[in-house]
Amino acid sequence: MTARMDRRFADLAAEGRPALVTYFMGGDPDYASSLAIMKALPKAGSDVIELGMPFSDPMADGPAIQLAGQRALRAGQTLAKTLQMARDFRLEDADTPIVLMGYYNPIYIYGVERFLNDALEAGIDGLIVVDLPPEMDDELCVPAVARGINFIRLATPTTDAKRLPRVLENTSGFVYYVSMNGITGSALPDPSLIGAAVLRIKEHTTLPVCVGFGVKTAEHARAIGASADGVVVGSAIVNQIASSLTANGTVTEATVAGVEALVRSLASGVRSAKLAAAE
Amino acid sequence: MNQSPNLNSFRGGPDEDGRFGIYGGRFVAETLMPLILELQEKWDEAKDDPEFQKELASLGAHYIGRPSPLYFAERLTEHLGGAKIYFKREELNHTGSHKINNCIGQILLAKRMGKTRIIAETGAGQHGVASATVAARFGLPCVVYMGATDVERQAPNVFRMKLLGAEVKPVTAGHGTLKDAMNEALRDWVTNVEDTYYLIGTAAGPHPYPEMVRDFQAVIGREAREQILEAEGRLPDVVIAAVGGGSNAIGIFHPFLDDKDVRIVGVEAGGKGLDGEEHCASITAGSPGVLHGNRTYLLQDGDGQIKEGHSISAGLDYPGIGPEHSWLNDVGRAEYVPIMDHEALEAFQLLTRIEGIIPALEPAHALAEVIKRAPKMGKDEIILMNLSGRGDKDIFTVGKILGMEL
Ligand SMILES: Cc1ncc(COP(=O)(O)O)c(C=O)c1O
Repeated sequence: MTARMDRRFADLAAEGRPALVTYFMGGDPDYASSLAIMKALPKAGSDVIELGMPFSDPMADGPAIQLAGQRALRAGQTLAKTLQMARDFRLEDADTPIVLMGYYNPIYIYGVERFLNDALEAGIDGLIVVDLPPEMDDELCVPAVARGINFIRLATPTTDAKRLPRVLENTSGFVYYVSMNGITGSALPDPSLIGAAVLRIKEHTTLPVCVGFGVKTAEHARAIGASADGVVVGSAIVNQIASSLTANGTVTEATVAGVEALVRSLASGVRSAKLAAAE
Repeated sequence: MNQSPNLNSFRGGPDEDGRFGIYGGRFVAETLMPLILELQEKWDEAKDDPEFQKELASLGAHYIGRPSPLYFAERLTEHLGGAKIYFKREELNHTGSHKINNCIGQILLAKRMGKTRIIAETGAGQHGVASATVAARFGLPCVVYMGATDVERQAPNVFRMKLLGAEVKPVTAGHGTLKDAMNEALRDWVTNVEDTYYLIGTAAGPHPYPEMVRDFQAVIGREAREQILEAEGRLPDVVIAAVGGGSNAIGIFHPFLDDKDVRIVGVEAGGKGLDGEEHCASITAGSPGVLHGNRTYLLQDGDGQIKEGHSISAGLDYPGIGPEHSWLNDVGRAEYVPIMDHEALEAFQLLTRIEGIIPALEPAHALAEVIKRAPKMGKDEIILMNLSGRGDKDIFTVGKILGMEL
């Protein structure tokens, strides 16, 4: 299944523009609405989907994604349902790569072998598991890669030159450069620093480098996209969903439409980054 | 840190990846990895540095008040009519609990690493107070994360921390207890990696914390072992301690682990009973999982979502347990038993009346287990219990339950 991810990045490289990678929380605010959001993403211009797996204790996430996870869990989301969501999505979209993103414990409890089988069968292309650094590769990364599922690793500003090769060793699909130390939903750092960091990573790998943490607008997406192979947007989408809900957290007309509009605007950002990159 | 792989020893762990059997490890975000590796390197240097050990011992003696006494609880022994009961009086330490042993050790390490800001999580507030205390002593700013529920039920400790100059940040996420405070401290740490030292308060978290905190707390067991040999000319038959994250317990257990005739008993918070949801007995009622940087026994549901614990004692209200305890349980070297809220409350009152010692609600759990066991044991047998903290912080909680107006 690695093929789907590689093909997508190869096509985008040919087009000469960065990917728009969109994150949302599976099951937020409920299964049906969340599936509708997922289906809307590629139509609005998202190139790669990160499907969040809710966890009760998201240690690396800021308030926006914490709350999204709580909404999803309250609505009854489980890892099995998140996999089902991918399966449902695949019925109508065979091309958009799906990356599952979350924490290790629900996978560990589901059972690593069973999880990898079910993920493959559901059409999952990659995994981002926040609390599995390279030191823990035997847990999930090695078996996942052996089965043809990409293991996408986060590199951060604290990942120094000494550590970078280790981080990249078993990474596949793309490298997710978290552009600042901190939790999701923090402020956007200076794009010029990001460009330098991306170049530093590219000295060590031929994989695409996508940059995230703090991207909120089309303008951000354009600025970051000019120096990266992809732009990841998470908290802005999750916040968009949150702001559309009723006071007791249920879906409204504006929920899916709001995400669509935001992603369309972000997509125009990455598309104009093509021009910026060519300059 | 070359642990000899001595298969006949229970004291050789963890291995170089921080594993105790399948437990422990380093399950953290990439941002934290370089820090954790640096911490390990600096800790390995420090523990073999005579200067570091000298400073630690000196502060232990003159600031904490070590060694803490070993006390023969004569009237309690008489009252229960069985085994002789000894208390290791950690409640007499500066700040009133064992938590200070670890805090002094870690702040010396933080200084050595050139860190300029201390963060900590706290449940009962004892670790928060101990952290705020050492931060004041060493002139470093300190932020303490504390669940909003705990802020309310441990008000005197919140005030103490503020007096000591710490900033107390109430955490409202989740149920506002210790695990949520730990999540928030980890979030602070990933955001402020450059200057910040995370002073974890128990023998849990990613490697090297479980090992390091154990080593700082093992002074309890080393002293107690010498003291009991001096008092009785022999080792105790049973060593008992309460287990929250497990630091006071591993501290007293560790030096006895290779004394095969010494039974080791950890007491978990049974809350309102194990059949319901309102307890905190990670080993007796939980299953292995991964949280806060390590694999260990956890309270969780079938989807791997972590449950909120409940205990009358805020310091035991944590849905996990240090990884070394999980391992000691699985290999059968230690046993773990639950004690209910009401049993701890009775023990609390008994000790207060009969020995004139007001224990914290955490060691009151250990005491309740002592009360169960001692009468069934011979008069020539010996129980050693870790009296990990004093109960001043708990008088409001207890008063409320007993219907007294304070
Ligand atoms: C007096 C006392 N004993 C025990 C504990 C439980 O922690 P641990 O299991 O790490 O010793 C606490 C925690 O706050 C405490 O204050």
